Amino acid sequence: MTSVSKLLRRSETAVLAILIVVMIVIGVINPAFWQADNLFNLLRANVVIGIMALSVLTVMISGGIDVSFPAFAVAAMYLTVIAMNAMGYQGVVLPFIGATVIGLLCGLANAFFIHTFRMIPLIVTLGSASVVRGLLLGLVGTSIINIDRMPPSLIAFGSSTIEIGGSKLSLMIFIYLGIALLMWLFLTRTMAGRAIFAYGDDAESAKRVGFNTRRTVYLVYGLAGALAGFAGLLHASMIWLANPRDFVGYELDVIAAVVLGGASIFGGRGSVFGTILGVFMLTLIKNSLIIMRIDNTWQGVVVGCVIVIATALTAWRDRKALV
Amino acid sequence: MRPALAAARHAIHPKGRSRSEIEAHTMAEPLIELRAVTKRFPGMKALDGVDFQIFPAEIVCLAGENGSGKSTLIKIVSGVYDFDEGDLLIDGKPVAGLGPRDAIAAGIQVIYQDFSLFPSLTVAENLALNRLLSEGKTFVDPKRRRQLGAEALARLDVAIDLDATVGTLSTADRQIVAIARALMSETRLLIMDEPTTALTGREVDRLFSIVREIQAKGIAVLFVSHKMREMLEISERITVFRNGRKVEEGPTGEFNEARITRAMTGHDIGHERHVWTGDDSEEPRLSVRGLSVGDTVRGVDLDLHRGEIVGLSGLLGSGRTELAMALFGMEPHSGDIRLDGAPLSLESVQDAVAAGIAYVPEDRLSEGLFMRQPIARNVIASAIGRATRGPFLDHERLNALAEQTVSDMRIATPDIEKHAGQLSGGNQQRVVIGRWLLTNPKVLILNGPTVGVDVGSKAEIHRRIRELAASTGLAVLMISDDVPELIQNCNRILLMHRGEIVDRLDTRSVEEDDIHGRLKGLR
Repeated sequence: MTSVSKLLRRSETAVLAILIVVMIVIGVINPAFWQADNLFNLLRANVVIGIMALSVLTVMISGGIDVSFPAFAVAAMYLTVIAMNAMGYQGVVLPFIGATVIGLLCGLANAFFIHTFRMIPLIVTLGSASVVRGLLLGLVGTSIINIDRMPPSLIAFGSSTIEIGGSKLSLMIFIYLGIALLMWLFLTRTMAGRAIFAYGDDAESAKRVGFNTRRTVYLVYGLAGALAGFAGLLHASMIWLANPRDFVGYELDVIAAVVLGGASIFGGRGSVFGTILGVFMLTLIKNSLIIMRIDNTWQGVVVGCVIVIATALTAWRDRKALV
Repeated sequence: MRPALAAARHAIHPKGRSRSEIEAHTMAEPLIELRAVTKRFPGMKALDGVDFQIFPAEIVCLAGENGSGKSTLIKIVSGVYDFDEGDLLIDGKPVAGLGPRDAIAAGIQVIYQDFSLFPSLTVAENLALNRLLSEGKTFVDPKRRRQLGAEALARLDVAIDLDATVGTLSTADRQIVAIARALMSETRLLIMDEPTTALTGREVDRLFSIVREIQAKGIAVLFVSHKMREMLEISERITVFRNGRKVEEGPTGEFNEARITRAMTGHDIGHERHVWTGDDSEEPRLSVRGLSVGDTVRGVDLDLHRGEIVGLSGLLGSGRTELAMALFGMEPHSGDIRLDGAPLSLESVQDAVAAGIAYVPEDRLSEGLFMRQPIARNVIASAIGRATRGPFLDHERLNALAEQTVSDMRIATPDIEKHAGQLSGGNQQRVVIGRWLLTNPKVLILNGPTVGVDVGSKAEIHRRIRELAASTGLAVLMISDDVPELIQNCNRILLMHRGEIVDRLDTRSVEEDDIHGRLKGLR
């Protein structure tokens, strides 16, 4: 097989092609789409969903599914902001480390149940999401921390930009791309990353070959939780408020983006580049719906359709590959 | 061994070892030796005082029915099981508490039936993973990974695309990848569990030439197989197990199929053939004219008379399975199909079942059985209408039908509530066949009816099918790669190639080797 035909068969290529077509169509309908301000805004909207998608990608490659990341993100965000306010702490690095660790611990709890009791990841993460959200609202508080009470250091960090041709591009986009690069290196260039692919492809064979599958499960869910926690605090910094009821419905958007990017819900397949494209496609679609003044409620319909169609396409691809 | 076979064996393997060579190396020290090894499981002895040896660069076949102890022996040698009594020696030194990692370190590699490969990963990565893991590396260098993969394939002198994902390969290529992977380390004994089950004739030849190359490198190979013809072709020594004991052992030249079968089952298996006494001029039960399925089946004509058992063989991809699926309403097709003279439209499985056509698929695990459901429910699944009263299930009638099937098909089970997944392969196959018989079919299509079924059970299934054909006028189409099975059971054999029937043979006037030759000639 030539390298060109190989490239054409890759699902990333298909997503990229569709993406370009969609952008051209949108550009024709609304020429304002190509303005730098709009594009930069669009990129900015990728950041939080994108980091969460990398978290879900890791879980999906391992053959699992995670619906607890929005709850972990909200808990990490809200607890960190509350703690900062209580201590009067002004800083950036330590709070982000704190939020990441909170997410990590929640993720390790998921791993404990999934590995020890051989439970289905969907059930475990549904349960842990509900528990974490409930505890947060019940024990910590229900009030939104507005801009007037948000730590100024976080606000300053979240709104840092660089100017390119008179338009401002959020620096957060580089954090997202940096994390994506690290995740790509981790998943493709380390044995631990390859272990996740092997485990998702065939857990029994992975064990026979000599992978430590227990370590793999803990790594997958721990990493997923850590990324979610980090994304949570980043989100609050970028929108200047911390809402303990935030991220409702993100499960669907993020999973849609990952599936759109070519990851298999059966495990073993998925790439960072595909996921980045999937996230961009999803935010593009949602952004266009807003520009076209389509009602919020209809966005759900569109995202649902995207999931079903993308999953149908990957299932069709996987079945064809077997023949 | 029959002369034709012996000749074939030498033709394929000019460097075939002579008896004296074999005897010469039996003087050497065995690579692995079991002395009076006993392994107990609750309520049974899986191995009972077994002595067994493998010498370097030797090809040995382990024969035995399911549960005879051959799998237990493999697991002891590969360090998966511990044993209760006796000694295990490697290179003449007693080894205690051999674990799976120790066995690998001693150069013992097992290729299981499922190959334990990763279908979504590339060939190169599948090959390199073990080595990279054993080196304890943190980072992966894609260049080195590819190089390791290329070396592994070069060692076997085969060309497989290193960048292809394993899931896209044929079964034969996947097996070669598994072998190449096993030989990545310093392997001294390669154990292969039922390696030829899913291969076609040509692929088996390729496998065997690879096995001989492995042997030439001084590596011993231990085969576990039910397929006697292949055991006779490849091995130098055969060891037969029955009920946990070694019952026969000797150079392959001293064995033939009948002797192996007798040793495996403890009695002679009758080799009576199916004699069809019907009349060709009578209207056929099933008559097919110009049947086509896309490109895979092209204008096939076929008649099945009452009481006939017609064999259908051909290489993988010849269109035989598509033909069967079309007759069962699972593939869109064109052509004229008549049952007892009346035209049939087979648009769906429901149409086929209503017309009286039954199909027992090749893969009973995924297409035929509900593994976690009791036998009774499995048996009734296709004839649910016979066990209902109004819209409700009539449990008494259901259980009566199930009991009747269990006794008709001689399914070995304490009761009809046992789950299908707990039965042996042979008994599972009887459940599937029994289920279709409850629908009172006029035509029964069997695809690989005894794949993975042991010899004793196989004979039982064959006998039952022949009885049914003779007594009820059932017309049977038997699709199989197992030529002796076809010769024994069918009155006619059709060979299919590239969607067409290329040969129609009368089993009264055709020999096994003749059919093998014709099959190999198809290309």
